[in-house]
Amino acid sequence: MIPAKFDYVRADSVDQAIQLLQQSDGEGKIMAGGHSLLPLMKFRVTEPGKIIDISRIAELKGVRIEGNRIIVGALTTHHELATHPIAQELVPVLADAASQIGDIQIRNRGTIGGNIAHGDPVADLPAPALALEAELQIQGDEGQEVMSVDGFILGPLITLLPENSVVTSVSFKIPPSHTKSTYLKFFHHASGYPVVGVAVVAGVDKKGFIDFVRVGITGVGEVSYRASSVEKQLLGQRPTETTIQSAAELAIEDGEMGSDLFASAEYRANICKVYTARALKTVLL
Amino acid sequence: MGIQDVSVGVIVNGKERCAEVEPRTLLVHYLRDGLGLKGTHIGCDTSQCGACTVMLDEAAVKSCTMLAVQADGTEITTVEGLGTIKNLHPIQQGFWEEHGLQCGYCTPGVMVAMVALLKENPNPTDEEIRIGLEGVICRCTGYQFIVNAVKHAAKLMAEQNIEIEEVLS
Repeated sequence: MIPAKFDYVRADSVDQAIQLLQQSDGEGKIMAGGHSLLPLMKFRVTEPGKIIDISRIAELKGVRIEGNRIIVGALTTHHELATHPIAQELVPVLADAASQIGDIQIRNRGTIGGNIAHGDPVADLPAPALALEAELQIQGDEGQEVMSVDGFILGPLITLLPENSVVTSVSFKIPPSHTKSTYLKFFHHASGYPVVGVAVVAGVDKKGFIDFVRVGITGVGEVSYRASSVEKQLLGQRPTETTIQSAAELAIEDGEMGSDLFASAEYRANICKVYTARALKTVLL
Repeated sequence: MGIQDVSVGVIVNGKERCAEVEPRTLLVHYLRDGLGLKGTHIGCDTSQCGACTVMLDEAAVKSCTMLAVQADGTEITTVEGLGTIKNLHPIQQGFWEEHGLQCGYCTPGVMVAMVALLKENPNPTDEEIRIGLEGVICRCTGYQFIVNAVKHAAKLMAEQNIEIEEVLS
């Protein structure tokens, strides 16, 4: 399969990429690793007139700590993230989820910025991103702005990313040191995409009560979501089989279940609760 | 306004190659049709099967899901760059001796993926090999003979390294 014709230009800086977007009359599309965009172009689901390649921009690379957040450059590949010592130590759920994306060839090319900016409903990263209260650093016409990942994705491949702008980095809040975390997914075996993916970050205080809990869910519908109802139900409780089981029943409250060839909405709702319960038990029991 | 061709300069199997290509040219098409290196196969064409796997600056990638121009400035190794008939690469030796293939369609991609694995992990366990094979699909062997072939290759490579160390000392 061969994409429709397009012009190609390589940007050397973010400013230049934005300028090229402005000049492209809506025909421009940013490409980083190309592992979400190029497959769509090959299927001719999308036919951008101009590809602006940002993959060589040095300022978009690297992982660093800033205050209580880890800043991951937009061009960081899934493999770099999965194997990065800072990520493995301080946000292991993120490194773990990154290590479960596609396969090694895909993780060598796909980038975190591309993954989130693309807004694919079956991407893995939105789950840990929601659980770690991720924020996107965005540079555009009007300068820099910060957007929460929660609410950024509006629908399949539709996001709040303003026109003529580039995601430059994604930051993740480092959870309290007494918390543990996991990313658990039930995936479609041919594609590797999650039918449901649940990220949990949670911890208990010295008296044995849950004092921190974040749950991010992806794959089940058109939009990944934070399972706030589950979090509210668990906060202040003692973690037991029963409290976890009844909280997990609320896992579908904050999202909408999708239905497709692989799984009906009813099936997804069930498996969403089952995987939420399993992930919570892994972390809390 | 017509589409401008773009220039691509790459080192493929140690040899410098330069060309003007259409921006939409996929890397796998450039390798096969532009350079005549037909060893890299096209299987699913949707970045699932891994038949098109090549090494790009020592990392395994799927060349059906890359534009040729994205590879500009990199070093690429295809199956043709691994060894020669007279002097097989240990991975090729391993696949031969352990019968790591039947129809052979996936084999170039699998071998290149496994060379990338062995560069990162020269002595992988069975499980690590199987995890490393996640990005390639073989519909003949059931994978067991591939795992054997990779282990055989790892052993040959370790022996070769010992020989080199002995010569150096």
